[in-house]
Amino acid sequence: MQHIHLEYDVDGNNFVSAGQATENVKFCLKGLGINPQMIRRIAIAMYEGEINMVIHANGGKAIADIYMDKIVVQLVDTGEGIADINQAMQPGFSTATEDVRSLGFGAGMGLPNMRKYTDEFEIESTVGVGTHITMTVKF
Amino acid sequence: MENTNLKKLHTVTLDASKCIGCGSCVKRCPTEAIRVRNGKASIIYDKCVACGECVRICKSLAKIPSYDKLEIINNYKYKIALIPPSFYGQFNNVANINYILTALKKIGFDFVFEVGIGAELVSQVTQKLVAAGRLKKPIISTACPAVLELINERFENLKPNLLPLLPPVDISAKLARERAITHHGVAESDIGVFFVSPCPAKVYSLKANKMVNSHYVDGVLSVAEVYMALMPIISKLHESKNLSEMGVLGLQWASSGGEAAGVMCEKYLAADGIENVIDILERLENGSMTDVEFVELNACISGCVGGVLNVENPFVAKARIRQLRKKFPAVGNTLAEIDKPLEYYLVERQLQTDGQSFDSDRQIAFEKLMEIQRIYQTLPQLDCGICGAPSCRAFCEDIVMGRIPADTPCPMVKGQKQ
Repeated sequence: MQHIHLEYDVDGNNFVSAGQATENVKFCLKGLGINPQMIRRIAIAMYEGEINMVIHANGGKAIADIYMDKIVVQLVDTGEGIADINQAMQPGFSTATEDVRSLGFGAGMGLPNMRKYTDEFEIESTVGVGTHITMTVKF
Repeated sequence: MENTNLKKLHTVTLDASKCIGCGSCVKRCPTEAIRVRNGKASIIYDKCVACGECVRICKSLAKIPSYDKLEIINNYKYKIALIPPSFYGQFNNVANINYILTALKKIGFDFVFEVGIGAELVSQVTQKLVAAGRLKKPIISTACPAVLELINERFENLKPNLLPLLPPVDISAKLARERAITHHGVAESDIGVFFVSPCPAKVYSLKANKMVNSHYVDGVLSVAEVYMALMPIISKLHESKNLSEMGVLGLQWASSGGEAAGVMCEKYLAADGIENVIDILERLENGSMTDVEFVELNACISGCVGGVLNVENPFVAKARIRQLRKKFPAVGNTLAEIDKPLEYYLVERQLQTDGQSFDSDRQIAFEKLMEIQRIYQTLPQLDCGICGAPSCRAFCEDIVMGRIPADTPCPMVKGQKQ
């Protein structure tokens, strides 16, 4: 199907640049005239995803495919992976270090929020291989 | 002045004879609203938020901010000057700020009203609203018109977070007009109200009636021009009248952080400088600032003292404002004294958003976005600005939106081929 494919490298250990992929996606969606509340949901979920990859996986790739009626965002990293996905999906659960927490991150709401703000949410993870998240928001 | 959402009201114009087409403004503009075409800068007014950055950066002094000439006050019988708190930071060695206010009367104003009074009242109403807990947090200040315009055009999501109060200048204009009628017995039709503006954004916002249903301000002057008119008079003044009525709370609005400090909530954030402001707005939109309750944003570095129509360096002015604090009463005007209902302070009309979409038909907008992405892939993605657009993305947008011919080549790609 006709769509716009965007791919961004998310730099690990760089909180300052995290969010650039989200910013570009927001620009595209505003250009399409997508409802602002919808854009906000996508922005929150995608930004969380970017931050997650910075904190836990030394960066990764953010991929957005924009269709006429939906956006599919994938966050792909080759980090250490998640051993217990159910536990990771619990609100408040976090493995973030004190360093990261002192920056205000690592409240354990990342994955739960990503699921909450998207229409479809899939997560696959293998310890030692990496994590692949696919989120869809329908316009 | 009729209610208008238009950008036809040009905020900044170009003196083409001075413009050398250097492209500094193109690169500096935070909303990518400027292009160099045929060797001259040109503004896409739909994108302009009137921040004044291009005026600040232009070495050739080719960018002319729009404002009313001082002479226009003579079109009115009874002339009221509205003076922003930042104005006091422009003067060196003025022992008593009443000299400034007295001198304003000497240059033709019948009544001088400090916008700091409006600011004090806005602070107090904000305190009440925050305490009542009914506002959507984080609450974003509406005092800086460039920020307001930016939110309206680019961060529509954050509109529900805007403080629903009029900026101090509008409140002050209303109060001053009423006082002229009731206290001074002036006929309404004789009154002209003039704001002495530190920035082109306030000029634009007041002329476009951004937040009010009927206009309260008849003209917007520039600080620099009024300053020049005052200087010869102020130095010869030997006495002054006690005209100042505001307190410290109003004065501190002159620089960044002053408004937020007046809200009396612990969890506040104050950011200044348009790029910092945009960064904060992006973060707010991404939902990543949950621990902040009140956000004060000023497009100019240091706040209103940094406005481009001022005469003094922002940091010098800010330091002076700080030193002036002790000369102002700790308690200024109170809500009880002014005795107005809450509605008096509320925004009178909602901001109209033009939106940023490439086309109102989503299919067409989608095709345009596809085309932008396709052209972008053919470009060097250097954002070098040689084509006259600030970035490769802006160049693609210009082609797709028909601002430049579809076959316009990228100068860098063309160079490689030859």
